[in-house]
Amino acid sequence: MSALPAPQPALAASAESDASCRVPLLVLFVSAALWLALGSVFSLIASIKFHAPAFLAGNGWLTYGRVLPAGANALLYGFALPAGLGVALWLLARLGRTPLAWPGLVVVAALFWNFGVATGLLGILGGDTTGFAWLEMPRYAWPLLFTAYLGIGVSALLTFYRRRVSGLYVSQWFLLAALFWFPWVYSTANVLLTCVPVRGVVQAAVAWWFANNLGTVCLGFFGLAAIFYFLPKLTGRPLHSLYLAMFAFWTLALFGSWMGVAPGSPLPAWMPAVSTAGAVLCLIPLLAVAVNCGHTLAGETARWKSDTSFAFILFGVAAWTVAGVLGAVTAIPEVSALTHFTWLERAQSQLFVFGFFAMTMFGAVYHIVPRLVPGGALCPKMMRLHFWCAALGTIALVLPLAVGGVVQGLALNQPDTAFTDTMKLTLPYLRVSTLGDLLIAVGNVTLVVNFGYLLGNCCRACCVPAWKAVTTRPPQPAGATP
Amino acid sequence: MNRGPLIFLGLFFALASSWYGMVLEPQLELGRLVETNSVSAGETYPVPRPGQANQGLQVYRANGCVECHSQQVRPTPADLERWGKRRTVAEDYLYDRPVPLGAQRVGPDLANLALRPRTEAWHLAHLYAPRSVVPGSTMPPYPFLFETRKRGARPSPDALQLPAGFAPPPGWEVVPKPEANALVAYLNSLKADAALFDAPLPLPPRATNAVAGTNAPASATSRQHE
Repeated sequence: MSALPAPQPALAASAESDASCRVPLLVLFVSAALWLALGSVFSLIASIKFHAPAFLAGNGWLTYGRVLPAGANALLYGFALPAGLGVALWLLARLGRTPLAWPGLVVVAALFWNFGVATGLLGILGGDTTGFAWLEMPRYAWPLLFTAYLGIGVSALLTFYRRRVSGLYVSQWFLLAALFWFPWVYSTANVLLTCVPVRGVVQAAVAWWFANNLGTVCLGFFGLAAIFYFLPKLTGRPLHSLYLAMFAFWTLALFGSWMGVAPGSPLPAWMPAVSTAGAVLCLIPLLAVAVNCGHTLAGETARWKSDTSFAFILFGVAAWTVAGVLGAVTAIPEVSALTHFTWLERAQSQLFVFGFFAMTMFGAVYHIVPRLVPGGALCPKMMRLHFWCAALGTIALVLPLAVGGVVQGLALNQPDTAFTDTMKLTLPYLRVSTLGDLLIAVGNVTLVVNFGYLLGNCCRACCVPAWKAVTTRPPQPAGATP
Repeated sequence: MNRGPLIFLGLFFALASSWYGMVLEPQLELGRLVETNSVSAGETYPVPRPGQANQGLQVYRANGCVECHSQQVRPTPADLERWGKRRTVAEDYLYDRPVPLGAQRVGPDLANLALRPRTEAWHLAHLYAPRSVVPGSTMPPYPFLFETRKRGARPSPDALQLPAGFAPPPGWEVVPKPEANALVAYLNSLKADAALFDAPLPLPPRATNAVAGTNAPASATSRQHE
């Protein structure tokens, strides 16, 4: 610790980079929190339909098949990517000890991105979905998101280029990879599905390739960048092994990008085979990350009781590990015969997107946001409430879906069980999982309220005195003029 | 650790190889796939769906039916027993846009729905009020694909026949909108049962007919059915 060179300039650089990040990151994070809350309401509506299928069914806009993808898209494009990009910008500025480049561009791009998300969600609810998972946004919405991304990406790369520290930390590797991955897969998939559509099952191949690369690889890189920065930062211990982290980086990029095609899909047989190999080989980066985090954390895990940011990130590491093992195991053909098409797959994807990615982002955002606003503080009790709601909600959502999925798979593999009976068997599990959706929604609303609390306090501290200064000035000239 | 260009090259190679394998290569293998002749009958397969059924695919897409219904039969014993005579292959989806393969079986697989004994009236009643024909169904109703209107002097010929509890109040009738009819036309076009070179139909099960018990080879008797 004492070997840190010249603490004074470093502190000044941090303050400088935080000040430059203030407006763009607040725009990104606050809008992300609002989309997150809206998305969890959509997911909750979809879940309630398993208690009463006729709930909100009279109108096409909120039918299950539209409200469910709308919720997933709000989580993914409304929250996950903007939050990931915001954390990336902050980390690139902080690790490079340089102010954020072109903050004005980021503000404009973030507003444009939100406009794109709103357009896309309205399109999905209005029936213009493309019909491909995670690519549901119609062809008039995705170019908005892509253009907005380019603005944020340019600022991120410029910030990286202007860094004042010559050495690279592993988090910067992961962030650059994520920033490179997204535009390639997003544009390729959307162009090949909506602009110059490919024929037949090639569409499915493209859509699966995209969903896997966005989830496993791109979100994986963003999340791991945050984990490898915040675990050492919050525990005050150095990362166990930089080389192990780099090893995880390369193996995840190489193997993770081939997953996504389930065994038995109507594609050339080598494709699911390669996908299965990729998924199983992904256990290597998984193990590398788990070992690295475990050694970094040794003896420090009890810190989660006092540090909420740390608790979120710890949960993220655990969820990453479990989701990765589940993903690898369910890609094996013999297991997939049982688990494919069941709720277990939804459980795995929820555990990855919410349990790993969103939880890690919550931890990062709770660390970053108070530093952006001078004298700003988030309510620690609400942070704690958010953590418990999100953690218990994830468990209450994922566990019943996973168990229900196995029950469903076993029943579906018994050809003499009537189909309606397989559905009735899963119903109790689905209904319990509504509790998870509800807890997650409450937690997400807490995040929004907490941001409101911070901005309200900031407003009271700066804007109200300024306003008073303006409004109390008139008496003096009033006394002077008559 | 300051090897920016090398990192970039490595990443480029990793993503480019996966793009080549999972996007370009399937396009090269399947992108120019054309109709083929089915093995036994020699008919052209697949045949493009009629216009109304194609419109129905768009209703299917717009309402997210794919969130609950898969349309693929895997080569596993349970799938072949439950959902189709043979696995589904690329040819089966040649004309679909989008291809609704699906990822969940919250509802039944629909790859061979048209082969099940369902009438048009059954489908319409099922879409309007699923529980009127499948008690305990969790499928959401789609009343917005139908019009509930005052009955004229005589009931419309296409008014739904609904059981008590689901029927509209007396003097009213439920009539399908064009979207509902298109969707039913699409559902009735769903079948993947042509015998293809890469997806042959299995031989019928060993016959237990009058010939059984004789010394005649089983293959000779079963061949007569083809």
